[in-house]
Amino acid sequence: MYEFARGPLVWIAFLIFIGGSFYKLVSVYLLVKKEKSVLPVMSAKYGLRSLMHWLVPLSSRNQRLHPVMTFVSYVFHMFLLATPLLLMGHAVLWQESWGFHWWSLPPGLADLMTLAVIGAVGFFALRRIAAPEVRNVTGWKEYALLLIVVAPFVTGFVAHQQWLPGKTILIAHIVTGALWLIAIPFTWLSHMLWFVFTRSFMGSEFGAVRNARDW
Amino acid sequence: MADLQDALVVDPGIDESIAKLTPERIEKTILRVLKKENSGRLKVYLETCVHCGLCSEGCHTYLSRDKDPDFAPVAKVKETLWVMVKRKGKVSPEFIKKCARIAFTECGACRRCSMYCPFGIDIAYMIMIVRRICNLLGVVPQFLQDTTNSHAATSNQMWVQPDDWIDTLIWQEEDAADELPGVRIPLDREGAEIMYSVIGPEPKILAQLIANMAIIMKVAGMDWTMPSLDGWDNSNMAMYSGDFEVMGRVERAHWERAMQLKVKRVVMGECGHAYRGAVYDGPKWLGWKRPPITMVHAVEFYYELLKSGRIKIDHKISEPTTVQDPCNIVRGRGLQHKLRYIMNELCEDFRDVDPRFEHNYCCAAGGGVINCGPPWKLSRMKSIRVKAEQFAATGAHIIVTPCHNCHSGIEDIIGHYKLGMHVSFISELLIKTMDMGKQDKDSVEQAAQQSVAEVRT
Repeated sequence: MYEFARGPLVWIAFLIFIGGSFYKLVSVYLLVKKEKSVLPVMSAKYGLRSLMHWLVPLSSRNQRLHPVMTFVSYVFHMFLLATPLLLMGHAVLWQESWGFHWWSLPPGLADLMTLAVIGAVGFFALRRIAAPEVRNVTGWKEYALLLIVVAPFVTGFVAHQQWLPGKTILIAHIVTGALWLIAIPFTWLSHMLWFVFTRSFMGSEFGAVRNARDW
Repeated sequence: MADLQDALVVDPGIDESIAKLTPERIEKTILRVLKKENSGRLKVYLETCVHCGLCSEGCHTYLSRDKDPDFAPVAKVKETLWVMVKRKGKVSPEFIKKCARIAFTECGACRRCSMYCPFGIDIAYMIMIVRRICNLLGVVPQFLQDTTNSHAATSNQMWVQPDDWIDTLIWQEEDAADELPGVRIPLDREGAEIMYSVIGPEPKILAQLIANMAIIMKVAGMDWTMPSLDGWDNSNMAMYSGDFEVMGRVERAHWERAMQLKVKRVVMGECGHAYRGAVYDGPKWLGWKRPPITMVHAVEFYYELLKSGRIKIDHKISEPTTVQDPCNIVRGRGLQHKLRYIMNELCEDFRDVDPRFEHNYCCAAGGGVINCGPPWKLSRMKSIRVKAEQFAATGAHIIVTPCHNCHSGIEDIIGHYKLGMHVSFISELLIKTMDMGKQDKDSVEQAAQQSVAEVRT
């Protein structure tokens, strides 16, 4: 079982993630190409300007109006991407399989980052319950997606702490990680793919067409 | 939850129309709009939205109604478009009624929420898709539909007949000449530098604004003209009722008239939605990247005249004055600084609003909301409490509104919330404050002779 998870399952997950993302990007590009008022409006200058203002913390008004949410979102997104990429355990696997080697995080720091991601997901879940405007647009799917996102971090953390028998929890970690990858192109986790495009389109509309700011 | 009073509003344009709907027609119409008219962009927006609710802060309706979550932008999309997409168009006539109420009366498509969504999702665009579906189903608030009918039948918004239009211009020319001898409103002068266009309500109910502009043109010595035929109206309520075919027709007529007159630029009166229709939404529908001739909004035009010294201010308004940043020329054109320049030129005691510029609150009248008419007025007033509070905080006596929808909407706000202020267009203040020059006997006679010569040619 562990061999299947460690081998073919990871392959399948990556293939679906990459293939699905590629399919989504290409199919939407073909649809958008037909719309006369999308691609001709895109401007690199104003698209980047908008991206910068929404990527630099507190540089948009809404970020300043919600400082806690802004802080938690930044920590969550940065650690969500950095932790799996720079984790020593993952680096070892890459080196064993492909011979690649890169810098990895000290284990203690990686643990803290993992806990931060888990904490942030807890915050998002609580916010969905506590804030009426968010609760109003939250259903079981939103909680399920939060669960999919947090599961590999919880299982990874437990595996690293060796609180449960090694192989079982490792299998759970790989399966949840695979689910997470597979979900990206097919759920609203795809904002990971679209963010750059939606933000830069709005930035272009505001900057190049309307001579205004969108932050 | 949704406001019960709003849900009980009687509007024949909605109530009687839904009685004629069949499930097949609803499904066919929704699928047509979702698949043929909108595809990639809508798909991305629907997939990207993480339902975080951060757009709420952008909406004056939500803020004014004690942060009722049903009025948050994302909730408006959830209650309308999400359901249509999820059920693949299989929705009931009663559901369409709810969609019409939300899309036409609870959202003014002001696009402020786009600036609050971390992904930059154009929520107003999605609400406009809902309006489009309602329009194709014939479910549009009666008063708003009437303006679209007028556009379709008369090429202007207010059923102004061709002879009434010309008569109004002559009448305004006479009134303007009483104020300043020699003022003319030149009609159909081919090759003039400027074609001046106005919105339909000006000749109908605010004709003195045309005289104001004639005086300003005279003082500034501009080479200008106005069209005597269809195409003079730059307004476009069809854009907001979702009748994009008529919207395109109206815009084409306007730009074709300008092309026929071979003018170098079109200057338009103080209106926001007309700018949006003429510069963005109209050309987009027609497949143009931009209009064929430069469109200059009145705010840009006054700025140009003041900055260049073509008109000079003789004495400033002393009363405390504040300003409304109209969505379609500030969030839609970035004219906020030019507007502030004008305000400081005209007013001794200018008091700015907070929030301002692109973040200013909409007046809740634009986007066709005020055109939904008296049945929806109370709802509109409930949706705009924050605007009343914002103006009250300035302590100003005059609110300058360089947009017709803002002007009418803010007049209603002043009455409803008993603010004790009054609204003014910039042109009204300019007429009061600018130096019109000394008109001696010779110059009056000279102007009269020039007028006669113009008539003969």
